Amino acid sequence: MTRRHLPVLITLAVFIVGYLICLAQFPSFASTRVIGNLLTDNAFLGIVAVGMTFVILSGGIDLSVGSVIAFTGVFLAVAIERYGLNPYLAFLLVLGIAALFGAGMGLLIHTFQIPAFIVTLAGMFLARGLCFVLTTDSIPINAPAYGQITDIAVSLPGGGRLTFIAMIMLATFGAGIVLAHYTRFGANVYALGGNRASAELMGVPVGKTTIRIYMLSSFLAALAGIVFSFYTSAGYSLAATGVELDTIAAVVIGGTLLTGGYGTIIGTLVGVLIQGLIQTYITFEGTLSSWWTKIAIGALLFAFIVLQRGLSAASLRAR
Amino acid sequence: MQPATERAQLLEIRGLTKGFPGVQALDHVDFTLHAGEIHGLLGENGAGKSTLIKVLTGVFRRDAGTIRLDAQEIAARDPADALSLGIGTVYQEVNLLPNLSVAENLFIGRQPHRFGLVRTGEMRRRASDLLAGYGLDIDVADPLGSFSVAVQQIIAIARAVDLSAKVLILDEPTASLDAQEVETLFGILQRLKSRGIGIVFVTHFLDQVYALCDRITVLRNGRLVGSRPIVDLPRIELVSMMLGRELAAEALHRNHCTAVTGEPLVAFKAYGKKRLVEPFDLAVRSGEVVGLAGLLGSGRTETAKLIFGIERADSGQAFVDGKPVRIASPRDAARLRFGFTPEDRKTEGIVAELSIRENIILALQAQRGWLQPLPRSKQDEIANRFIKLLDIRTPDAEKPIGLLSGGNQQKALLARWLATEPRFLILDEPTRGIDVGAHAEIIRLIERLCEDGLALLVISSELEEIASYSDRVVVLRDRQHVRELSGSDVSADTIMTTIASH
Repeated sequence: MTRRHLPVLITLAVFIVGYLICLAQFPSFASTRVIGNLLTDNAFLGIVAVGMTFVILSGGIDLSVGSVIAFTGVFLAVAIERYGLNPYLAFLLVLGIAALFGAGMGLLIHTFQIPAFIVTLAGMFLARGLCFVLTTDSIPINAPAYGQITDIAVSLPGGGRLTFIAMIMLATFGAGIVLAHYTRFGANVYALGGNRASAELMGVPVGKTTIRIYMLSSFLAALAGIVFSFYTSAGYSLAATGVELDTIAAVVIGGTLLTGGYGTIIGTLVGVLIQGLIQTYITFEGTLSSWWTKIAIGALLFAFIVLQRGLSAASLRAR
Repeated sequence: MQPATERAQLLEIRGLTKGFPGVQALDHVDFTLHAGEIHGLLGENGAGKSTLIKVLTGVFRRDAGTIRLDAQEIAARDPADALSLGIGTVYQEVNLLPNLSVAENLFIGRQPHRFGLVRTGEMRRRASDLLAGYGLDIDVADPLGSFSVAVQQIIAIARAVDLSAKVLILDEPTASLDAQEVETLFGILQRLKSRGIGIVFVTHFLDQVYALCDRITVLRNGRLVGSRPIVDLPRIELVSMMLGRELAAEALHRNHCTAVTGEPLVAFKAYGKKRLVEPFDLAVRSGEVVGLAGLLGSGRTETAKLIFGIERADSGQAFVDGKPVRIASPRDAARLRFGFTPEDRKTEGIVAELSIRENIILALQAQRGWLQPLPRSKQDEIANRFIKLLDIRTPDAEKPIGLLSGGNQQKALLARWLATEPRFLILDEPTRGIDVGAHAEIIRLIERLCEDGLALLVISSELEEIASYSDRVVVLRDRQHVRELSGSDVSADTIMTTIASH
């Protein structure tokens, strides 16, 4: 029981230690304002990481999410600004398109037994390319709906705000937890990651599950793209490059095994928050280059992968 | 108990035919299974047992023939479909999911749920109840991977029976179990039998066939040889059905070489590694077969791995030709002209996707280094020579080795090391999972190699076998070399009593 939860407990410990270090240096870290901003600023990463957790749990990978986020932004900008589409309708439309896109990738992965790495790499180029087909410029979004949505927030005691965006992320995590641990779909995802061949022999609907996993990932990437467009109020083809790698890092730091089968959604939330914490610390520090975030993430990622190897080797020995 | 033939026919297969390119895997095979019957399905490797099971469970499409279950014609699309029709299969390598909990493994795809959410508590309660019926009292919330293979197998059986409860196919279920676990399993199968479930039991162990089965069906080269009740079937007749030829009772008995004398080729003094094997002394001369006997986990394979440098010794000294040598890696061992065929042929031995030729030249090529590739003509020459010499049954040397039967794979692995002209060969369970015919051939090969002057160290769990070809036998217990038998002491009985003594 404890061994199974060890990776997530370690992640949590890292977060708590990190938070305490920040707190010791900058007492204002205790304020709800910082915490609220931490949630808001990392909302898009968190949302896309939920989808990525499902993908990695199933033993796959989705490299297309960064491009899907950019595509979403560009699509929204073009649809709302150039064609005067209702923003809410545009949201629904882009979520639907992304879901279809993901389903297509899942279908390819399953039908032709192509590694997810290759298919989603192709998806990554395709989605990024489609951005440039729509426009090469950065198009600002001036729709009043944008201002209204970003203004929705619950005031927290101490001057902080829990924004609507942060609430979307937390709700996504809540839904992800339920989906992963309390539904048949969730069990099937873990089954695929455990051993695909066995899962098939046991009657797990492998094809349907694979398609749904990538559909979910792309859908959440589009949702993250919508949230991302709230930050920037613009659609730009080169936005969110490399986000897929940040996402994978958050999932792995959150205790999910890259080989699939083991991990939790809640761990991913902590993984995302650790990334956010490092970012915030560097902002507070003021003198450090923001690239130190990447260096810290790299070091953490490395440590966690070594830890995972160690743990799985230990559990093999224990048998 | 009424005879099986008078009971209802549960599963009826008529004229089943299935061909693969170059092979007729099944040729008009009939098979009948009655309710409440344990039916042994026997045959050499490559006889068609696996194909029959795979067609039955929908992994392969049949070319011709009918399959009737409860008088209804069926055609399973895939294993899941077969399961829903009432045919469950449990494989030797348990095909469950080690990362999921026991309860999830039992109920995946049919978890009790309410409003789309799985009722975990209810599922665990039901799983516990189900396993209690099999005498298992375990925490069903624990991941499956934390239990032993035997327990996993019982869980797999419980799952299959709970799902279909008509026909249960067991494909070599006892291969990785110890004696006590086998007994538990047999108890469970007897109970299932009395509940009217038809059980198809595939095994290589004749003792188990006689202990458990009511009836047997023998396949050979894709054809039906016969189906007989076991009670009036003499053992020698069963073996001859399987082999299609009379096996001389002496086939296993080797005329021991005249007492080998002289200096040992390889010797180990106080050689050992902490927590792996206690320090041991061992010497093997040219033209001598030394057997390693002991129960599973007694340190046999560990000894072999230590000698071949897969594990590094932390005490003692190795000698070749009386000179001290260092064996820190398999490369070192190969340079000393050692060879090693591992126990787990599939994962540590063959490279399944590569051709027989490529598998055979692998060790030789590795010794030459990758900068000096063997010319293709030389490769072909070596491969074809060993295919002929060891009688590896294949249409040609370019067939992927994974498609060969176990016995032929084993021969190819032997060829891999023989191509390097070794002086000392370590064989770990060379006859495991190999049918009776190939079994005798491998043993004859071992004897021939010994006569050719090789020094051999052979590990086997089959005591009769090891006693028949070994000049000396080292008995291991609890990771310790406890006794070395030689001369007239080399017999299955002495080995057994040594293992059992305290």
